[in-house]
Amino acid sequence: MDNKRQYEVVFIVDPTADEEVPKLTESFSQIVTDQGGVVVKAETMGKRQLAYEILHHKDGTFVLLEIEGSGREIAELERRMRVNDRVLRYITVRVDEDRRRAEKLKDRRARKAAKRPSHGGSSGPRRGPAMEFAEAGE
Amino acid sequence: MSANYEDRNRGGYDSDDDGDRRPMGGRGGGRRMHGRRVCRFCIDKVDLIDFKDVKLLQNYLPERGKILPRRISGTCATHQRMLAEAIKRARNIALLPYTTD
Repeated sequence: MDNKRQYEVVFIVDPTADEEVPKLTESFSQIVTDQGGVVVKAETMGKRQLAYEILHHKDGTFVLLEIEGSGREIAELERRMRVNDRVLRYITVRVDEDRRRAEKLKDRRARKAAKRPSHGGSSGPRRGPAMEFAEAGE
Repeated sequence: MSANYEDRNRGGYDSDDDGDRRPMGGRGGGRRMHGRRVCRFCIDKVDLIDFKDVKLLQNYLPERGKILPRRISGTCATHQRMLAEAIKRARNIALLPYTTD
């Protein structure tokens, strides 16, 4: 079983602690690396208005981390974020399965397109007597 | 609160869809509308709906903040599922509202 999982972690930092964002990102990345994970991407999405108030804050700085690892580093990371007052909210999404599925769908579509290039995806191209004649003729 | 999307749609939000849909034919049943709405994600060949793509998701969140049902948007079941999941994730981190009033 492969234990490489991919995650996307987004967390919101208190807007009054804006200057701490790089430091926070750095320390979180460090936690992940210490636990044996890899930070594929660390990106600040910028300050944004929140769709609803969180702890009386109307906006916050969003940071995205893309992490690859076993899942243990996520547990530690979440624990740290929970404890940290600067982090208003976080979400972790496991993306490897969805991505694999997307890949599969893409493949299937490509194969379908290769099989019958003339049909533009209209349903049931094999129906109708005309089709049957055509097939018999071949 | 009325959840009658069908009527509100006639009011004109979600205007991105086709013009050949006939609002009057819907209620009485019986006759089939031609020019069926099709899933926009299928047309655009979308395999993955990102919860961070607020601009996209907002199209499926009418003013009340509820997820637009697929009977209105014409989204196929697969994509509606992805969409719903993405919207729920976006709500969780305050990218999208749970409710608006």
